[in-house]
This record gives sequence, structure tokens and C-alpha cells, in this order.
Amino acid sequence: MSFMEFSTQGYVMNDKTLDKTATEQFQEAHVTLSDTIILSPPRSQWLEIWDQFTKHKGAMFGGALFLAIVIAVIIGPSIWWVDAQYLPTGRDFIKLRDTRPIYNLIWDPSAKVNWLHPLGTDNLGRDTLARLLEGGQVSIAVGLTAMALSILIGTFVGVISGFVRGLDGLLMRITDLFLALPLLPLILVASLLFREPLTKLFGVEGGVFFLIVSLIGVTSWMRTARVVRGDVLALKEREFILAAQSIGTSSSKLVTRHMLPNLMSPIMVSATLGIATAIITESALSFLGFGFPPDFPTWGRLLNDSVDRMDLYPERVIWPGLLISLTVLSVNYLGDGLRDALDPRIRGR
Amino acid sequence: MLTYIIRRLVLSVPTLLFIALAIFLLLELAPGDPMATVPLTVPPEVKEKMRLALGLGEPIYVRFWKWLLQFFWIEPKVFFDYLFGTNYSQDDLRVISWLSRAPVFDIVVKSMPQTLWVVGVANIVAVIIAIPIGIYSAYKQYSAFDQVGTFVTMVGFSVPPFFTGPLMIVIFAVWLHWFPSIYDTTLVVDDWTSFKKQLSQMFLPVMVLALQITAQISRFMRSSMLDNLNQDYVRTARAKGLSEKTVVLVHVLRNSMIPVVTVIALNIPTIFGGAIITEQVFKVNGIGYQLILAIQGNDLPTVQTLTFIFAVLIVFSNLIADVLYGILDPRIRYE
Repeated sequence: MSFMEFSTQGYVMNDKTLDKTATEQFQEAHVTLSDTIILSPPRSQWLEIWDQFTKHKGAMFGGALFLAIVIAVIIGPSIWWVDAQYLPTGRDFIKLRDTRPIYNLIWDPSAKVNWLHPLGTDNLGRDTLARLLEGGQVSIAVGLTAMALSILIGTFVGVISGFVRGLDGLLMRITDLFLALPLLPLILVASLLFREPLTKLFGVEGGVFFLIVSLIGVTSWMRTARVVRGDVLALKEREFILAAQSIGTSSSKLVTRHMLPNLMSPIMVSATLGIATAIITESALSFLGFGFPPDFPTWGRLLNDSVDRMDLYPERVIWPGLLISLTVLSVNYLGDGLRDALDPRIRGR
Repeated sequence: MLTYIIRRLVLSVPTLLFIALAIFLLLELAPGDPMATVPLTVPPEVKEKMRLALGLGEPIYVRFWKWLLQFFWIEPKVFFDYLFGTNYSQDDLRVISWLSRAPVFDIVVKSMPQTLWVVGVANIVAVIIAIPIGIYSAYKQYSAFDQVGTFVTMVGFSVPPFFTGPLMIVIFAVWLHWFPSIYDTTLVVDDWTSFKKQLSQMFLPVMVLALQITAQISRFMRSSMLDNLNQDYVRTARAKGLSEKTVVLVHVLRNSMIPVVTVIALNIPTIFGGAIITEQVFKVNGIGYQLILAIQGNDLPTVQTLTFIFAVLIVFSNLIADVLYGILDPRIRYE
């Protein structure tokens, strides 16, 4: 009996302690559970990426700078009152030509300046700031459009060659072949060859724009295609693709609904880096005299036009060059930050 | 390994043939006429004869075949004759420039050394600067040196050579008068003064090219070092008491050099592309400068030959990169 009592007591005691610990455990669990609920609401993948991106100082700086440059060249020409194409005549011409930037007064009080033209004018009296803003519009438009074209081609080729086994070998050989082509010489040759027919079709400016954008797009899609193909091949082995296939998803839906969203990160990284390449290539073409026609301002063209007299007017070389470099630098930083933010191995660290 | 190299060499033949065909067909569309510079007083039938003499009357495939024959058979024969004083190639028609009416390969032989000098020295300078920077900034990750180094390489990576070139000319040639702004290709180096002159005129183009290459290589070196510094074998090497110098400069460096060496090889075509612009800025009479002249002058045989030489360079540097990778990394086996 006594043993029984003891044991039941023991059991009871045991039960009580068990009860206690269980409730405590439950409470603790509840507390931790509610804690997590309060401290971090369910987070989407994109929120995580945004957090990682904002932590990358260079990326934030690059993104802000690029945005600032884009906004400046878009709304700049409508705010800045001087027309970029305005050519002064007669006495105005003599008064306005070859004025220096106003900051030259700091070290050279006798410099010819005009307070209405803070960055000076060129040898025909056109305002440098207005031309820089208008040139930026063209350069950035070329960069964005060429990037879009190259991403489109690259993603298409990459998805097809990763998805369709029969075409993989052929498409990858074509990609290798394009990588082995001497691209800059070929772009130079092609920009001369197709200039005339295209200017007849779309007018001088439209034709050259179309020509340069398509040349850059057609010659810069290869890296995107390779990266996308690799990712498609890896995605194809994943369970959710198998699941989607087993419920009868069609191939086109499989690509657009299930694969492309998962390919967004490599595509976005190569898109940002593509803008940089496109802007540099356009400026290089204009610099070598194979790009936009003279008197049509783009940053590369402005640089090229002023190289001959750069010993007298260094600012005409420095400003467009600085703008090209800043744009490319900001885009490169943006791409670096995006790569870090979108890489799941680095994210969360 | 040897079979792999042979297989790659054999495979590069169709690639090169295809590239040659692509370049040829692209140029076939060219609107340029080699007779455009001939005076208008020359009667049309004489012009037609001149056209035939240049080999323009024949169908496309015949001309393509003739060009291939000239490039791969006649020009090597000429080179052989030049080396050994024989005359096997006496009656053969060489690739003739429409602009200068001289064999294109004479132009190549004259301008190639300038390009190779500038590009080669720039490459060596860049590697010498970039590798220590990469090693140190990876070893002291997030230190002040690393932050500054990363920023500077990013700038060097982003600033295009057609801006750094004029900028350097303005600063060092116009304001400071330290270096000449234009490269004098007729300079013959035979004594100490002319050697110094050669060095000073090479300085600016080499610096412009080297800045870009340095940026690329040191970025790559840094990330490759970082990958290796966290590996287990580094901890093992430290645990068995090796000095930090041995660990970093022997164990880690050797392994991190594998991808960097291949990147250096893969970069060679890009450097030649950059050399086109640098040669234009500094007026170096190199192969890129000749190419621009030929494109502007509608000199199709020269454009075709020079572009194809660029393609050969690219294909072979890809091959070298792959082979080096196999030699340096014993884990890679080619069968």
C-alpha cells in the first residue's frame, strides 16, 4: 500500500512536474512563436533581395547615380532654356563662340565666359550643357534599347537550347562561333555597310539609331545565352518542373510560368552589365567616327569632335568623358550589388 | 593531353573557315567600288578590264576559294621565300590592298610589331601590378587598402580608353610636357637616347591599356584568392605550422592562379580590340590603325585579311586558355 501510495504520489508529482514543464514549454513556445510573428512578418523573396541590395552601399550609390543621370537627361532639355541646336549668327556668333566654363574664372580672371552658358560653348556657339543633356538622351536610349535587344536574344537562345535537346548542340556552336568573331572590327565594317539603306528607310537619325542598337544587340547576347542555358538545364531537373509536367502543363506555359520567373536573377544581372557594354560600344563607335553623324550630339560624338582642340579647351573632352564614365561606373556598381543580392549563397549572411 | 590539343586544333579549322566565310559574305554586301578613285576620263571598257584584273568578275565561291588559297598557301610560301631566299612564290598573286596597291601582308608585317610591342608591354605591366593588388586586398578583405583598391579597379574597369587616352594626353603631354602625345613609328632604336625616346613615347599608350587590363585581372585575382582562402587545405597548412607567407604565397596563390591565367589568355582578343581605340588616340601605326584606315578607304582585301587575323588571334587564345587550364589544374582531365 505504502509503496502504492508513494508511487501514486510519485506519479502525481511526476505528472505535476510534467504538466508544469509542458505548460512552460508551451508558453515558451508560444512566446517564441509570437515573438517571431511580431518581429518578422512573412517575407517575400523580393523583400529579402531588396534588403540585401540596400545593405550594399556601392549598389545603392550606383543605382541612385544612374537614376539621377537618367532623370537629368530626360527632363533636363525641357528645363534648361538654351536650345542645343541653336546657332548664333552675326555679332552674337562672335560673342558666344568658344566661351569657357564659368569655373575658369577662379584661376583665370581674363577667361571669356558667359554667365548664361555655365559650361561654355563650342566653336559654333552652341551651349555645351544643352548638348551634353541632349547627347545623354541618345547615349542612354541606345544603351537601354541595345541591352533590351541583347537580353531578348540571349534569353530566347538560352531557353531554347536548354529546353529543346535537339537544338542544344547547334545553338551552342553558334554561340561559340559568335564569341570567336572579332566583334569590334565587324561592327565597324557593318556600321558602314548598312548605313545607307537604313538611313533611306528610317531617316538619318532613326536609321543610325536602329543600326547601332541592332549591331550592339546582335553582338552581345552570347554571355546571357550561356548563363540562361546553364540555369535552364539545372531547373529542368527540379521537382516542381516534374510536378508541373505531370499535371499536363504545356511546354510554353512551363517556360513562361515556371522557368522565366526563376531565371530573373541572372537575366537582371546581365541586363545591368549589358547597359554598360552598350553605352561604351556606342561611344567607342561615335569616337572612331562610325556612329552618329557629326553635329548629332551623343557623348561619344562630343568627345570625338573636341579631341582635336583639347589642348585649348580640355573641358569639352572632360565633361562628356566624365559623364560616360560615371554612367558606366554607376551601372557596374548596380550590377555588382544586384549580383550579391540575388545570389542565395550570399543573401542572409 | 596531346590528343586533346590535336583535336582542338583540328576543330578550330572549320570554325576559322566559317568565320572567314562570314567575313567574306559580309564584305560582299559592301557598296564600295575599287574603281571609284580611278579618273573619270578612263573609258568604261578599260575600267572593266581593271576590275577583272583585280579578280572581281568571277563568282563569289571562286573568289572565296582564291582568297583562302592566297591566305593559307601563297602567303606562307612568300614567308618561306623571305626566310630562306628561295623563290617558290614568284608568279603567284598575293592579297593586294586596293588603297596602297601593295601586298596586304607587307602592311601587316610593318604594323604588327608596333601593336605587339604596345599590347605586350601593357599586358606585362598590368599583370605585374594587378596580381600583388589582388593578393593583398583578398588577404586583408574589407581593410582600407581593399576598399580603395576595389574602388580604383572599378573605376579603371568603367572608364573607357577613349576617355583616359585624351585625358592622359592633356595632363602629361600638354600641361606637364613629360611624354610626347603622338607615337613616332619611324623611330629606330639603336642607342641609349633613342631607347629612352621609345620608352617615353610608349608610356602613355601602355598606361591607358594597362589601366584597363589591371582592373580586370586584379578583380579576378581578388575573388579567386577569396575563394581559396576559406578552403580546408589552408587551415591544414596553417595547423601544421607553416609560416603565413608560405601559406598565402605558395599554397593559396598557386591554386588561385589557375582561373586567373586562363582569364589573362581569354582577355587577349579584348585587349586587341582596345588597342584599336588606343592606337587611334595616340596615332600608333599598328594593326588596328591600319584596319580603321582600310575600313574608311573601302579597302576590302585589307579589311578582310586584318579582320581574319583578329579572328585567328581569338580562336587561338581560347585554345591556349583551355589547354593552360588543363595543364595547371590536374583535376581536369580531357579524354
